[in-house]
Amino acid sequence: MQSLNTYRAGPDERGHFGIFGGRYVAETLMPLILQVEAAYAAAKADPAFEAEFRELLAQYVGRPNPLYFARRLTEAFGGAKIFLKREDLNHTGAHKINNCIGQILLARRMGKKRIIAETGAGQHGVATATVCALFGMQCVIYMGSTDIERQMPNVYRMKLLGAEVKPVTSGAATLKDAMNDALRDWVSNVDNTYYLIGTVAGPHPYPTMVRDFQSVIGEEVRAQILAQEGRLPDSLVACIGGGSNAMGLFHPFLDEPLVRIIGVEAAGHGLDKLHAASLTGGKPGVLHGNRTYLLQDADGQIAEAHSISAGLDYPGIGPEHSWLHETGRVEYVSITDDEAVAAFLQCTRLEGIIPALESSHAIAHAGKIASTLPKDHLMVVNLSGRGDKDVSTIAKALGDVHLGGLV
Amino acid sequence: MSRIAKRFEALRAGNRAALVSFIMAGDPDRAACQAVLNGLPAAGADVIELGMPFTDPMADGPAIQLAAGRALAAGGSLKQTLEMVAEFRKADRDTPIILMGYYNPIYAWGPEKFAGDAALAGVDGLIIVDLPPEEAGELVPFLRSAAIDFIVLTTPTSDDARLPVVLANASGFVYYVSIAGVTGTGSATSAAIEAAVTRIRRHTALPVCVGFGIRTPEQAAEVARAAEGAVVGSAIVQALADQGPAAALALVETLAAGVRAARK
Repeated sequence: MQSLNTYRAGPDERGHFGIFGGRYVAETLMPLILQVEAAYAAAKADPAFEAEFRELLAQYVGRPNPLYFARRLTEAFGGAKIFLKREDLNHTGAHKINNCIGQILLARRMGKKRIIAETGAGQHGVATATVCALFGMQCVIYMGSTDIERQMPNVYRMKLLGAEVKPVTSGAATLKDAMNDALRDWVSNVDNTYYLIGTVAGPHPYPTMVRDFQSVIGEEVRAQILAQEGRLPDSLVACIGGGSNAMGLFHPFLDEPLVRIIGVEAAGHGLDKLHAASLTGGKPGVLHGNRTYLLQDADGQIAEAHSISAGLDYPGIGPEHSWLHETGRVEYVSITDDEAVAAFLQCTRLEGIIPALESSHAIAHAGKIASTLPKDHLMVVNLSGRGDKDVSTIAKALGDVHLGGLV
Repeated sequence: MSRIAKRFEALRAGNRAALVSFIMAGDPDRAACQAVLNGLPAAGADVIELGMPFTDPMADGPAIQLAAGRALAAGGSLKQTLEMVAEFRKADRDTPIILMGYYNPIYAWGPEKFAGDAALAGVDGLIIVDLPPEEAGELVPFLRSAAIDFIVLTTPTSDDARLPVVLANASGFVYYVSIAGVTGTGSATSAAIEAAVTRIRRHTALPVCVGFGIRTPEQAAEVARAAEGAVVGSAIVQALADQGPAAALALVETLAAGVRAARK
């Protein structure tokens, strides 16, 4: 593998991280993608844009959120000190709002009045509907009908916020299919519509832009752990579907060689069965505007992913993660549905914090390795969202099992 | 001279446009699709576009999405698509075949190897929906070596600054996507099509074929007066799905009649 002075310089001017990334979209969209790129470059150079973004993060989202020392989880795991980055305490209950604030400001700058987005768990849909309400924009959310069923509370929240939720029935009717339909909408409404992508994937400049907006997570963690512990963390752990909460936490630390960085994919029913672990079980391919690791068959047909967590149920991953995987800078591991559910319960019972099923994958992995690490090891786990939306999924997963016996 | 160039030269000599007809390879199954494919030239198709089925056809409307789904469910694959072309070539050495689809199956095959294998099967051109000029460099040189045309898509959003970038890779003909949208949905007005074709001609000497939203012989005839070819896809695919192979070929016959009468 290449040895690099920095892992933070990418992508190149064409949006490539090594062989990953790029702009694999229909020609109808290319001029618009180039406009988004130019508009984002201009916004980034404009101090007023940055100031408004920071102001909204502070006053509307409620940042900074705490870096919470989870004493009881630490005791239960029996090793490393566990800190939870409390993205669940953001307005709307997940990290997704950070990116939505940034992109809605960009959409307004570009004069767009209609916003479309895809959503899996509904957290990005809710965050998008929220900023659309705040800025008075029309909002259309594409969501797989399978996900609509398992994330009903979020569907209702989006509708309350004034969004139109369009059910997608093609394929397995999950996040991948929602993204297909969002792209079809965009190609049909190029003049007035801005596509607010929710993760670090899609055509350039989205992976970079979403990473930049989410990097506030890692920037805060750095300042907070220095204030609380007087030094940088020893390890970072975050769950990965597309990978935006992970990239937001990781990116500010990529050039700190002593910080071990771990991304946790969804192993679903198991890596030899249906899962959503693109890096572990996939190979490079091209989908949804970028080259990245994808679950696919030998013919290049995209496989259906599976995770109990709707937000991780995607057969791809952000291209920068693919690159960090190949360079070896970040370790990528996976956690099964059952392990995630157990971690969900453990965190809920021990800390009084109901984590999202997505984030529960990160907690589960932390629990797996913490006991092998010394007690002065500082481990930051990204609690990317809250789990209220998941209670019916959990109830279904547990069936008749008596809750009291599980923790 | 390539089959595509020969075909357009002959059409120009006869003062008429091409009917370019699209079907999805393997839809509804291999045998039925092969029969339709083999029957297209006799029904009046001058150029054939054969869809390469893909699980995630992001630029297609419902008719072609469903066709891809049927083909894949029946065992369709890129390998089968090339086998169908080779089978077609046993009886027809003149009708150009263009493969149309998405990049990932080709990337999985290996672009260089695919170009060679496609040429051996008798493929004349390739349209890759999600490979804009910014990324096309990873495929186009291999196509050139294999003498396969890279047929580019221009759209209502390709302005005068963008057109030269798009057309830099073009050979064979230029496909004008007449609406900003997915296949099988809206239709452009003939005035808009004429204006767009006129604009494209300022940037290229290649034949221009127009597609998206052309469903009837009348629409095909209008396009045939403005451009070198009219592409019909979703309507044929829909006829095949709803009424079967004979109806699909009958529709191609009426479309061909429309195109052939257009400039008389």
